[in-house]
Amino acid sequence: MIKVSNLEKSYGEVKALKGISLEVEKGELFGLIGPDGAGKTTLMRILVTLLLPDSGSATMDGLNVVDDFRKIRKMVGYMPGRFSLYPDLTVEENLQFFATVFGGTIAANYHLIKDIYIQIEPFKNRPAGKLSGGMKQKLALSCALIHAPKVLILDEPTTGVDAVSRKEFWEMLNKLRHQGITILVSTPYMDEANLCDRVALIQNGTILSIDSPKNITKSFAKKLFGVKVETTAQRFECVGLLKELDGIDSVFSFGESIHITSNQKDINEVNVKEYLNNKGHQGILVEKIEASIEDVFMELMQNEAN
Amino acid sequence: MDQLLGFVKKEFTHIFRDPRTMVILFGIPIIQLMLFGYVITTEIKDARIAILDHSNDNVTREIKNKILSSGYFRLEANLIQENEIDPIFKKGDVKEVIVFEKGFAESLEREGKANIQVIADASDPNTAQMLFNYTNGIIQDYTKKKFAGFTIPVQIKSEVRMLYNENMVGAFMYVPGTMALILMLISAMMTSITIAREKEMGTMEILLVSPLKATHIILGKVAPYLLLSLIDAFVVVFLGNVVFGVPIRGSLFVLAFLVILYITMALSLGILISTVANSQQVALFISGFALMLPTILLSGFIFPIENMPVALQVLSNFMPPRWFIDALKQVMLKGNGFAYIWPNVLILSAMTLFFLGLSVKKFRLRLE
Repeated sequence: MIKVSNLEKSYGEVKALKGISLEVEKGELFGLIGPDGAGKTTLMRILVTLLLPDSGSATMDGLNVVDDFRKIRKMVGYMPGRFSLYPDLTVEENLQFFATVFGGTIAANYHLIKDIYIQIEPFKNRPAGKLSGGMKQKLALSCALIHAPKVLILDEPTTGVDAVSRKEFWEMLNKLRHQGITILVSTPYMDEANLCDRVALIQNGTILSIDSPKNITKSFAKKLFGVKVETTAQRFECVGLLKELDGIDSVFSFGESIHITSNQKDINEVNVKEYLNNKGHQGILVEKIEASIEDVFMELMQNEAN
Repeated sequence: MDQLLGFVKKEFTHIFRDPRTMVILFGIPIIQLMLFGYVITTEIKDARIAILDHSNDNVTREIKNKILSSGYFRLEANLIQENEIDPIFKKGDVKEVIVFEKGFAESLEREGKANIQVIADASDPNTAQMLFNYTNGIIQDYTKKKFAGFTIPVQIKSEVRMLYNENMVGAFMYVPGTMALILMLISAMMTSITIAREKEMGTMEILLVSPLKATHIILGKVAPYLLLSLIDAFVVVFLGNVVFGVPIRGSLFVLAFLVILYITMALSLGILISTVANSQQVALFISGFALMLPTILLSGFIFPIENMPVALQVLSNFMPPRWFIDALKQVMLKGNGFAYIWPNVLILSAMTLFFLGLSVKKFRLRLE
């Protein structure tokens, strides 16, 4: 459905995309995972015909994003990263406006947005600017869907949205996928990657890896340990100590715990714990864990940097 | 077509929901008109004058009494010689000097006519004009009453010289001028700001990624303001006529045509600005500086073009309001039709086409 090959784009001196290639199948929920400034927005803007690529090509449903931009604009639903509806228009007026712009009515495609819209319908006479973050996103999604697009492109739809709304939002995307809509969604949250069919890990304008979340985590070849400590201060000290330990490849703070990776046979739960105990840290819990997308991402980033 | 109507409807909603926009649209025109109107028609009270009476007979004394007891004038100085006139004007307090010729009463009796010279400080042309009108009125009134029974009409001729500004600017100049200013403000400034706002808020991104064409977006933005500007033009003409007595001597059709042409020109200018400005502030800045000031200063609205340095006179040719104000005055005050204003219409049309062509060329269908 979406085909991107060797796409490059620079803003002056800055290379935002350094030759990106990917394919998204019809009906797939595809995630672009990467930190801010990775090039996610640039890629999406090229796909929705807002930007012209410097080189390379991109097609959607066989339509070229440069030459067939008018046709693409009819079949794509786009939700920019920033809330981009009219704050002074009510929920209903916004929806009505976007339905009209695409030459349709709310009624015609109500079935598509029903599940989402029903949650904000009680507030349909409220100005969009006065909605909460989660509700704004639901309205924006409704507006992007109201013309029954074949492809939905969502730029960080869950950024700045509370945890509950984020979960609901992803449930909706899942439902939409079952209705045959191809969805390309970007997010800086690694945990959301698991909710996609396939993801592309993107960093500094290059794609590090493309696969299903399961395969990506499986591809993690090293041993991974989670180290739990008691206090924040202790965590900082332990990160420093672990970096000095021979045979450890990487040490990262992961929320409350520390993740360390190793290729060495003689590194295991027991001797890592002993090492820290000997350095004067008590109450340490070390266990072998399964890699998450974020672990893979860190690993790939480190390889890239070397 | 539905898309366009939907867009226009949305624009109207924006306008009607924003109190600030409403104030700019309907408050400012009325306030501006009233301000300009009353600044010019302010009553004369206790204006300081000087009198040079070469004759000092019973008739001149009567006239002097009548003038000074009217309440409009206050005697600042009695002059003795002609050469005192210039210095007293230069000092600035005295706005008018009335000069009676030698042997006034005698001349009036023998020849049936006598001369009064009224010299006014026209560095403020409107005040000067008004002072003269008042003075003249009083003298005429005196003559009528005094010589009511005479069979041969006796005349006192007053000869007026306007110092510093020999060509007086018409008293009704402010209505056409205000109209030019208001229509420019609403049409150009408001359209450029509203398009810039879409860019600033990111909604332009969604509008671009939709089947809307550039013409839809431009027409959708322009149509509401065209309509509202027309209403404003009507309000200005109506108030000018009813409150300030500015005549509409020409045909209403020609007037309407001229106003619509000018609004279209201003709207295209607004679109052109919005293609360059990415934020409301920039749009406001450009339309404020690049449009308002020239409209006020270089269009002949306040300062007569004939009195400008040659360089500014040349520059004023490129100011659309100049041609509009000129044509508007011709239509409203002189009752002229297309036969007289066609050069103005032609110039304004050419400017409109130029701005429109440039904006369509500059309007970007993408973010870059």
